[in-house]
Amino acid sequence: MLAPQRVWWQPLSRMERSWVIVAFVLCLFFTAMMPFWFVVGRQNVPVTTYRVDPKVYEQVVNDFIAEYKVDEINGIPVVEPPPGGEIYMLARQWQWSPILKLKKGETYKLHLSSTDILHGFSLQPTNMNLMVMPGYDYVAEITPTQVGEYAIVCNEYCGIGHHLMVTKLIVTD
Amino acid sequence: MAVATMPAPSAKADFRTCPVTGLKVDLAAERLIIVNAVAAVVFLLIGGFYALLLALTRWQAIHLLPADWFYRVLTGHGFDMLVAWIVFFEVAGLYFGGAVMLNARLVAPKVAWLAYILMVVGAVLVNVMTLVAPFDQGAVMFTSYVPLQAHPLWYLGVILFAVGALVAVFIFFATIITAKKERTYEGSMPLVAFGLMAAAIIAVYTLLSGAVAYVPTFLWSIGILPSIDPAFYRNFFWSFGHPAQQINLAAMVAIWYGLAAVTVGANPVNEKLSRFAFILYLFFINLGSAHHLLVDPGYSFAWKATNTSYAMYLAVLGSLIHAFSIPAAVEVAQRRRGFTSGLFGWLKNAPWREPGFSTLVISMVLFGFIGGTTGVVIGTEQINLLAHNTMRLPGHFHATVVAGTTLAFMGFSYYLIPLIFRRKLRLVSWASWQPYIFGLGMALVSIGMIVSGLQGVPRRHWDITFSGAPIDVTLPGATQISLAIMGVGALIAIVGGIMYLAVILASVLTGQKEEARRLTLVMSDQNPLVEHALPNVGKEPEGKESPRGTLVIGVIFIVTFMIYYLSNWWLLGRGWFIR
Ligand code: HEM
Ligand SMILES: [Cu+2]
Ligand SMILES: [Cu+2]
Repeated sequence: MLAPQRVWWQPLSRMERSWVIVAFVLCLFFTAMMPFWFVVGRQNVPVTTYRVDPKVYEQVVNDFIAEYKVDEINGIPVVEPPPGGEIYMLARQWQWSPILKLKKGETYKLHLSSTDILHGFSLQPTNMNLMVMPGYDYVAEITPTQVGEYAIVCNEYCGIGHHLMVTKLIVTD
Repeated sequence: MAVATMPAPSAKADFRTCPVTGLKVDLAAERLIIVNAVAAVVFLLIGGFYALLLALTRWQAIHLLPADWFYRVLTGHGFDMLVAWIVFFEVAGLYFGGAVMLNARLVAPKVAWLAYILMVVGAVLVNVMTLVAPFDQGAVMFTSYVPLQAHPLWYLGVILFAVGALVAVFIFFATIITAKKERTYEGSMPLVAFGLMAAAIIAVYTLLSGAVAYVPTFLWSIGILPSIDPAFYRNFFWSFGHPAQQINLAAMVAIWYGLAAVTVGANPVNEKLSRFAFILYLFFINLGSAHHLLVDPGYSFAWKATNTSYAMYLAVLGSLIHAFSIPAAVEVAQRRRGFTSGLFGWLKNAPWREPGFSTLVISMVLFGFIGGTTGVVIGTEQINLLAHNTMRLPGHFHATVVAGTTLAFMGFSYYLIPLIFRRKLRLVSWASWQPYIFGLGMALVSIGMIVSGLQGVPRRHWDITFSGAPIDVTLPGATQISLAIMGVGALIAIVGGIMYLAVILASVLTGQKEEARRLTLVMSDQNPLVEHALPNVGKEPEGKESPRGTLVIGVIFIVTFMIYYLSNWWLLGRGWFIR
């Protein structure tokens, strides 16, 4: 524990050397996995982002809802957009809007933004999570691969009503 | 083992000579170590009480607190534990490593007191505002993500605390530079002090990033700045918040080396390698802040992948080196004492009742097998999609900063009490059991959280039954079980925490004053540091002395790691397509 004696910069022993090599190879493997998956994987983190004024975004979402609204559940509009199009989700304290009806196997451009503070987009039980921020329009190309009813909950703390902030995503054939 | 030599009396400072180590102890440093350690323990006590309330609330079957108190207490727990307990303890550690271990005087003790007062005032301010400010300005989580706006005094508290900590770090640097100049020790700096120095260097750029995040935010909260960009804040917050964790890491590893030396007389087999590993931390760990931003809008894949992997997982390489060096040092020391039978005879004959030793093993195992593996996995760019803001995160860091760092600090403090407080340790059998109980509890807490997170349970969430929400949401029923595991683990860990506090308080308040005393183990009168420590230098461990057992443990670790890592890719591959 005290000062090391004499020379401590002796060469590594054989066992140490092999451990360092194994460890380093492991690190290289971890490093390589990310670009590998970026090229061949089907699940990658979206990168497309635009700056957006929260008021403008709210207007865009309202127009989107008005155009494709088919129903309403407990005050939340249900929207069925044409397959393969741009779709919008708005986060605010403490609601997600709207409820989306999507087709399995179609690819949609999902826009996410907030009009007040940070929220967390969390699709369950698929378990897909993205940050939602005011001022940033985050665009994810998503393709539902199973039919069913999914929940979207908020998983970034956003105040006292954080746990009330849920909506639905319905996928049909 | 080289012993530090007595310095010629240099600048004015009052010393006593420690009868145990022969080191000169600067009395001003000693007092500062004591007050910082006391503050640390007080915040551990408060944070631990909060932990109990939180765990009993998230254990959905009990659901103790109402929403507002849950979020306030959560904010307080995060700050008191992660910031106050850890940093106060680290400051005590820096003064110990800088002044006492190097046999030197503490530079500018008055300034060190000022730093202490700033930190205390800051921490108290944050605690009070968290509880009494209007809900939205108090319950902001210790991260206080803009545009959530805390009370100005809350930010002021954080800033005061950080300034105090920065001053303490500079006092440490001044102390080690003075020690070098005044030649208070011979040869190279001891490894433990070297590790602390690595921690301190990281602390400087960490705290500077903190200033970039907090000072504008404070100005915004009092209306001087019109707005703060939320992405800017998150970026700088994590340039502060992430490396801060690596300070804990470096300090914890330094303590691991210390515990190995104290309890079985282990010396690193190769000091060069251990020091190199600390240097890897220095250079690469600050990149890791990006792993908090992996699913944030606005960053490119290349930027995230480069940073989240610490260039090429080079900081992880540092940890993997320590993960081998420390057990290998223990194994070689044990084998040289004659415990050479089989692969693990050295382990079987280890001092398992000695809290320093059990702490070392439990802290390393839980940190490595749970904390380290899960950390690399959730920090992988794409896999973060599955994990971000779920309970897998608190599961990860309760294995690292609690089962790893906090436990290591606890175990280490049993040895500091006789040295610094000059009191005989009391309740030694409690001390002997405490690491096992706390470790078992935290293992269950971490695993319960991780399994809950895998099923989608969000972190920082008051009610996962979503009662009152406009839409019915049910998470898988097994979450009830995993959250209960977390809750039971929390109760066990709390018992372990109380035992720790009882030992410390009983010893400090009622322990027998003891001046002349050899540095002995807690559970026996031996002093492995002197009796067993054989210099490793010049003699490579060979044949029966070579650390074969450690190599086997290492291989088991890598296999477990790969299984968990690859199964997460498999899990990701089953998800919806997203780009
Ligand atoms: C008996 C020991 C402990 C138990 C049972 C415990 C339990 C918990 C629980 C239940 C949460 C809430 C998780 C959530 O809802 O997101 C939490 C959060 C947290 N804990 Fe602990 N904890 C303990 C000790 C510690 C220690 C010693 C530290 C740090 C050194 C720590 C650091 C944190 C942090 C940073 C958070 C996150 C706060 C946030 O999300 O803002 N905990 N803990
Ligand atoms: Cu929200
Ligand atoms: Cu929320």
